[in-house]
Amino acid sequence: MKKQITVSGFGGQGVLSIGKSLVEAGMSEGLEVTWAPSYGPEMRGGTANCSVVISDQPIGSPVFTHPSELIAMNLPALEKFEPNVEAGGMIIVNSSVVDEKVERTDVKAYYVPCVDIATELGNTKVANMVMLGAYVKATGALKVETVQEMIKGMFTGRKAKLVPLNMEAFQKGMDCIN
Amino acid sequence: MAKELWKGNEAIAEAAIRAGCTAYFGYPITPQSEIPEYMSLHMPQSGGVFLQTESEVSTINMLYGAGGSGVRVMTTTSSPGFALMQEGMGYLAGAQVPCVICNCMRGGPGLGTIQPAQGDYFEATRGGGNGDYENVVLAPSNMQEAVDMVQEAFDIADQYRNPCLLLIDGLIGQMMEPIEWHEVKHRDLPPKDWATDGRNGRDHHNIINSLYIDPVECNNFNTELQKKFKLMEENECRWEETDCDDAEVVLVAYGTPARISLSAMEALREHGVKAGLFRPKTVWPYPYEALRKISKQDSVKKFLVVEMSEGQMIQDVELAVQGRKPIEFLGHAGGVMPTVEEIAEMAMKGLK
Amino acid sequence: MAIVYQKSKGLTDTELHYCPGCNHGIIHKLVAETMEELGIIDKTVGVCPVGCSVFAYNYFACDMQEAAHGRAPAVATAIKRTHPDMPVFTYQGDGDLTSIGAAEIVHAAARGEKFTTIFVNNATYGMTGGQMAPTTLIGQKTTTSPLGRTVEQAGYPIREAEMLATLDGAAYVARVCVTDIPNLNKAKKAIKTAFQRQMDGDGFTFVEVLSTCPTNWGLSPVDALKWLKDNMIPYYPLGVIKDTRAEG
Repeated sequence: MKKQITVSGFGGQGVLSIGKSLVEAGMSEGLEVTWAPSYGPEMRGGTANCSVVISDQPIGSPVFTHPSELIAMNLPALEKFEPNVEAGGMIIVNSSVVDEKVERTDVKAYYVPCVDIATELGNTKVANMVMLGAYVKATGALKVETVQEMIKGMFTGRKAKLVPLNMEAFQKGMDCIN
Repeated sequence: MAKELWKGNEAIAEAAIRAGCTAYFGYPITPQSEIPEYMSLHMPQSGGVFLQTESEVSTINMLYGAGGSGVRVMTTTSSPGFALMQEGMGYLAGAQVPCVICNCMRGGPGLGTIQPAQGDYFEATRGGGNGDYENVVLAPSNMQEAVDMVQEAFDIADQYRNPCLLLIDGLIGQMMEPIEWHEVKHRDLPPKDWATDGRNGRDHHNIINSLYIDPVECNNFNTELQKKFKLMEENECRWEETDCDDAEVVLVAYGTPARISLSAMEALREHGVKAGLFRPKTVWPYPYEALRKISKQDSVKKFLVVEMSEGQMIQDVELAVQGRKPIEFLGHAGGVMPTVEEIAEMAMKGLK
Repeated sequence: MAIVYQKSKGLTDTELHYCPGCNHGIIHKLVAETMEELGIIDKTVGVCPVGCSVFAYNYFACDMQEAAHGRAPAVATAIKRTHPDMPVFTYQGDGDLTSIGAAEIVHAAARGEKFTTIFVNNATYGMTGGQMAPTTLIGQKTTTSPLGRTVEQAGYPIREAEMLATLDGAAYVARVCVTDIPNLNKAKKAIKTAFQRQMDGDGFTFVEVLSTCPTNWGLSPVDALKWLKDNMIPYYPLGVIKDTRAEG
């Protein structure tokens, strides 16, 4: 098993943290993981993307040209990376922000209204957690329980009250994938 | 020990503290600013000294002061900052001051870009400071290696009374990867009886100095320095060979390009091309002998050097191979990383 | 027979290399006596510059470091920060401190680094052969201002002590000279006060000592002393410029 995932969107959409959640969950399953960000001079609002590799073998390159999955949180992300996704790969689109459809016919496409769901849950910040749920369900690359445990570990102490909200967002994301 | 997920820069900072580094001086510069940030909190917590300096020129001279007074001291910087530090590199070598310097390379020349690059290879291995000096240049290509090497770097510096360099590219500093905190085996180190830490009853005063006004004396000192550098060459050279035994094409790369080349090598093998990877883990001393040996193998048809520069390490490969086999080059500067696909394509070219 | 005078234990037995009539020897002696009287020779680290006093590491009996040109305040900062209980001083000339090391001295003072700087100002680059320094006076002839320094060409001489005194990190700043016994006594007092204030943790302390350079000025030692009094003191007035204790 080897997943090469590109997560891309605006800074502040939780792009880097989606990637980080993937590698943390992968690591706790004993898989090899790397997380490589693109980094720029702007602190907020610019384009952000990261490259994640999850593999049951030692990882060579942490960067790649052809992702097996693309998580596109905004339109520029879809436009830039859609052509690169490997044939038979997958694209998950944040359809709350992106109206366009995936043009490729040789990849699986899913549309997840992350922000709408997060808004319904009362906190737009959990849009990335919705996307994480969708990815886990769509790929089966990680065990659901592992991610749930990881979410519990992410919010401790004063932030522990955020666990149910994030768990729900994660579940709603999974529910989007049929 | 359980694996922990760390960001490269922060892991390097933590590794230094674990290695007994008790003083950090540094100036913010992308893509390594997480290191001074980490140090500003954790160094004082562990009883050490953190100071944000007014410039890299000042930084390197602070390493001189602290290292010269017997303290394990470190700085980190990125390419333009390392250029400013070159003044101090000669003084540190000349006064034999141990210290650790990490250059997290970005694209150049000049301000260049903040993206990963390897354009400071010459500066690190040939020296940008004045005079005849050398320093061990450790070149990790993954996070585990980076944290292990940082810890060893302090021992190397102390053993030889010489600066020790860690040369990484911006990606190693910025990426995250699981690491394990090993108990790093420490070397038997000589006492720092030369340090200017107060006479305290000593019958002579210690002097940290690189000035020898008498040319004969200065020449003799250089002869002694060279003996030390020779020892460093004999003892500290490291490299890694992957599937070179039957290789028809040998990729040569260090740092992040070595990781990308490893993936390219695996892809080539899947296509039936016998590819191997030669990865220097120190770029000074350079593993000339090991690479030369591979160049003498009948199986080897050519070498492909992969760098994030316009071709700097290739000169060392040429020195090792001595014209025995063709050497090809694939490189990008200015922050663009080579891809697995282009490496594989170039490696296959001309092979039957 | 009773000993009525002997050389300070703060100096080694190495013979000084300074030119006849140069004030460095006297200033060395004052620093050495200060260390001896305060009982700190055994725990002090000095940092010397590039310039005429480049060999000061051979003369002072305490541990010494020889810094790169202008960088002594950075070197001293690191020694003091990593050894807060040890007295640390830099000994620098005007080319070293006011020119190439302008940034290092300003930031050390601004940070209130707890070391003492002895700044020897002789209005010229002595070691390299009498070139113009940032402290060279207007009209003063040097080998790089052969017709005399002009404002149009080289701007104005820097009053370093006054400049550093504006920084909150500076606890004690004085300017002295050693041209005669009364001034020499004042200089000694200032240097000792600076060391004491450093050891008390007050902050950065700075003593500028006006000094002669008979060789490069082209004057006899006696005439050089007169030239200093007539020309340097009017531009670089003597006295305690800042004392945070006196202000309180």
